[in-house]
Amino acid sequence: MCRSRRSTLMALLVAMSMVSSMSRAERLGLGQPLPETQLARWNIDVDAQGHGLPPGRGSVAQGQRVYAQTCAACHGDKGQGNPADTLVGGRGSLATAKPLKTIGSFWPYATTVFDFINRAMPYNAPKSLSADEVYAVTAYLLHLNGIVTADTVLDAASLPQVRMPNRDGFIADTRPDTSNVACQQCPAPAAVPSQ
Amino acid sequence: MTGSAKNQARRNFLRAGGALAGGALASTASAAGALAGQAQPLEVAPWSKTPGEPALWHPYGQPSPFEDKVVRRSRGAAPFPGANSSMTPLQDLFGIITPTGLVFERHHAGIPLIDPAQHRLAVHGLVARPTLFTMDDLVRLPSVSRIHFLECSGNTGREWKGPGTASLQFSHGLLSCCEWTGVPLSVLLDEVGVDPQAAWILAEGADAAGMTRSIPITKALDDALLVYAQNGERLRPEHGYPLRLFLPGFEGNMSVKWLRRLKVGREPFMSREETAKYTDSLPDGKARQFTFLMETKSVITFPAPDHRLREQGFYQIAGLAWTGRGRIRRVDVSTDGGHNWQQARLQEPVLDRALTRFTLPWRWDGAPTVLQSRALDETGYVQPTGRQLVHARGVESNYHFNAIQSWKVGTDGIISNVQV
Repeated sequence: MCRSRRSTLMALLVAMSMVSSMSRAERLGLGQPLPETQLARWNIDVDAQGHGLPPGRGSVAQGQRVYAQTCAACHGDKGQGNPADTLVGGRGSLATAKPLKTIGSFWPYATTVFDFINRAMPYNAPKSLSADEVYAVTAYLLHLNGIVTADTVLDAASLPQVRMPNRDGFIADTRPDTSNVACQQCPAPAAVPSQ
Repeated sequence: MTGSAKNQARRNFLRAGGALAGGALASTASAAGALAGQAQPLEVAPWSKTPGEPALWHPYGQPSPFEDKVVRRSRGAAPFPGANSSMTPLQDLFGIITPTGLVFERHHAGIPLIDPAQHRLAVHGLVARPTLFTMDDLVRLPSVSRIHFLECSGNTGREWKGPGTASLQFSHGLLSCCEWTGVPLSVLLDEVGVDPQAAWILAEGADAAGMTRSIPITKALDDALLVYAQNGERLRPEHGYPLRLFLPGFEGNMSVKWLRRLKVGREPFMSREETAKYTDSLPDGKARQFTFLMETKSVITFPAPDHRLREQGFYQIAGLAWTGRGRIRRVDVSTDGGHNWQQARLQEPVLDRALTRFTLPWRWDGAPTVLQSRALDETGYVQPTGRQLVHARGVESNYHFNAIQSWKVGTDGIISNVQV
């Protein structure tokens, strides 16, 4: 690159950085700064690595008591469901004609169980359980599904370590997966089916 | 007007010797037949002889009381009434804009009644300036209005295992199209300064379900909207008042209602609604995840099982086509069960990721037949048959069923849902 072209490029880069700093200076300036402390009670999401898990701990035994009081009325005394979702069972059913999708058979991350209960359950009083209670009932549900042992205590360190049976059961979207042809006179006219 | 007042008005008119009272095009054989063939002198109707209702009869306008059957409907009572859906009566609608009061609903823990003065949107995570916005702040930001369809990915999900419903409203009614007004999400993200490592944004609702979905940053920066108005007025509570996300062409669940928080991150957050739900199971037990796009689809909205043809003769077949990929290029209609296809007329405007209305003139000879529509989008994708979908995905996907729909016309004029 010759010198003059390089200096032109430099001038262009300087101009671009000026534009970029100008656009930054021209922020619209609406909204208020949001410090982490102010956000704490809303910032409840837990990701698959366990980021966002709160302090606290809960055992399978404690979870059994929480479950009986707050969950069993809708999900059944052993997670069998009705009227709400079935939470237990279904292992090995996903590739059959009657797949049963539960926490144990389908959910890929144990952290999601915590996150969902913490934000949305029980249905009639979401966000009412303590962190200890959510850890405990998560432990109990994982135990009912045969994923953790009866003496398990879950906390922010141990929960993300739980490996769910269907962890590798998800694949990317591969659509479009059909290739219909827009024929105008199509072969084999369909018979009018009976009702 | 109350139901009894309406009936009284109808009786008065009939007594006055009127011809055909109101009635939709698809009135049933018995209703229409009672008055057909009469050739009596036209009378002057009572409403022509006395002043009508005053201005501001309804400060917020209402449909004619004669249209009181045109309402959203649910398939049935749900064990948790707030975790249910209601469907748009597509069989009774015209054009491409869904009246706001008829836009379908899907809630996971009821409809919150949010005071907009107290509502806040928190934007944080991988951003330079974590920011809290009031509704007043958001409405001051530069806005756009766009017409787009919104479809639940569970729409038509009952059809995977055979004809699932005997009603267009119940088979395809998780579908609406509105003008949406709000702030491009890219404007807001510019304002807070997104970290170059950002790849996903968690969107969270303020409802009791705390609905959460992960949105790819590319979509957020491309055409996502923070919507506060729908069809010219503020959102209704059941559609996310005072603020919702809107993702053109993506499955409806991702357009999180009652939006309170956006958290920018590197990875998808793996919420329940993108793992346990809204994933598409395949015969080998695997499930497709992050199946965002709503693929090309069409359906004949007249005649449909919600109607009955009262006699042979001329009818205009009408329907809707739409695609998350962009614009509809063509719609073909078959009136012989899929053997011969004719190109339907597309009603302008044909908009990007909006419902497109199509029509085809048709003369019914009284013989049984099957009506179908087949949409092509601007990418060349052709709406598939049900067989092709089942061949590709089995019958346990629940979501994203976009097959050609077949309506059988019986000799009695009754329309039924069939698969050919």
